Amino acid sequence: MSFINYAAREINCKLVYYGPGLCGKTTNLQQIYSRVDPAAKGKLISLATESERTLFFDFLPLDLGTIRGFKTRFHLYTVPGQVFYDASRKLILKGADGVVFVADSQVERMEANIESLENLGENLVEQGHGLTTLPHIIQYNKRDLPNVVPVADLQSTLNEHNTPWFEASAAQGIGVFETLKGAAKLILTDLKNKMAR
Amino acid sequence: MKDLILLAEDVERLTGALGRLCEEAKGRAAFLVDPNGRLLADSGGAANLDTTSLASLVAGSMAATGSLAQILGERGFSGLFLEGARAHLYLAVVEGGAILVVVFDGGSSLGLVRFRVKRAIDEVGRILADFAVRDQSGKGPGPARAATELAEITDEEIDNLLSS
Repeated sequence: MSFINYAAREINCKLVYYGPGLCGKTTNLQQIYSRVDPAAKGKLISLATESERTLFFDFLPLDLGTIRGFKTRFHLYTVPGQVFYDASRKLILKGADGVVFVADSQVERMEANIESLENLGENLVEQGHGLTTLPHIIQYNKRDLPNVVPVADLQSTLNEHNTPWFEASAAQGIGVFETLKGAAKLILTDLKNKMAR
Repeated sequence: MKDLILLAEDVERLTGALGRLCEEAKGRAAFLVDPNGRLLADSGGAANLDTTSLASLVAGSMAATGSLAQILGERGFSGLFLEGARAHLYLAVVEGGAILVVVFDGGSSLGLVRFRVKRAIDEVGRILADFAVRDQSGKGPGPARAATELAEITDEEIDNLLSS
């Protein structure tokens, strides 16, 4: 659900990074935070365990610039990837305007990717959405590692809705901004289309 | 879920209600946050607070608290008090899920804040209900104007925004 503050001329959108544990969701936000102009970002908040696993969420507010006199502000969230944190994932997912599904490209994580994607679908349905209607994008992360699944196989397994996708090595900052921009474009286009109805 | 459009006069009504709450509760600041962690309006007097982070964390706390209530078989908890050494927070849910937040210190008391918040919840709830009725009817000139303006955004403008 986008929030448009017409008084302040601001468009506020919520983008959620979803995916299995240790796939690189938090790394995406950390890379964005470290590379964005200080004037365009707020604090990066991480509610994590002592071992730096996401416990509840990470949060990063970001200004993407101005369009038709409207400031476009994106609130980026990650969910905890570990299977048993499903209640937290549902809370974070509420009201999302779009989702980035971060897949771990390593062969041994394929099952975890599939499970997480199914979990995303189920949680969206519970909230009256679905991957057919909610803007979403897939990031195939960790492409720099040696034991990765070919993109064609990832595509056939994970991209049922033929949504835009990007390869990334988030730890090196590669593909991180392409993914963010791709998701922002889908969300803003969706918002514009909703307003035209 | 429908998108929420707040016009200048909407923000003015909310700011007025929050300002009165802040004054009557002798608080430092009062805020209204949507359930998704976005700041809808504030009472002013919050210049030294990171309201964006505050809004996100308040929504997260309230969401977690709501889930805790369900585990106990409760419909929800009406308020949440966070006590610090000098600054305290009182959070309460308004009908529809928005969250009312009051920051206060030793100049006020939990009893006074809770009492004033109870009254403010009704007022803020009525204001938000007015917006919902207006937005559902789709007939309000303000939201229609805003929607038209946003609908005219071109794909090229979106590309330009993201190319920088």
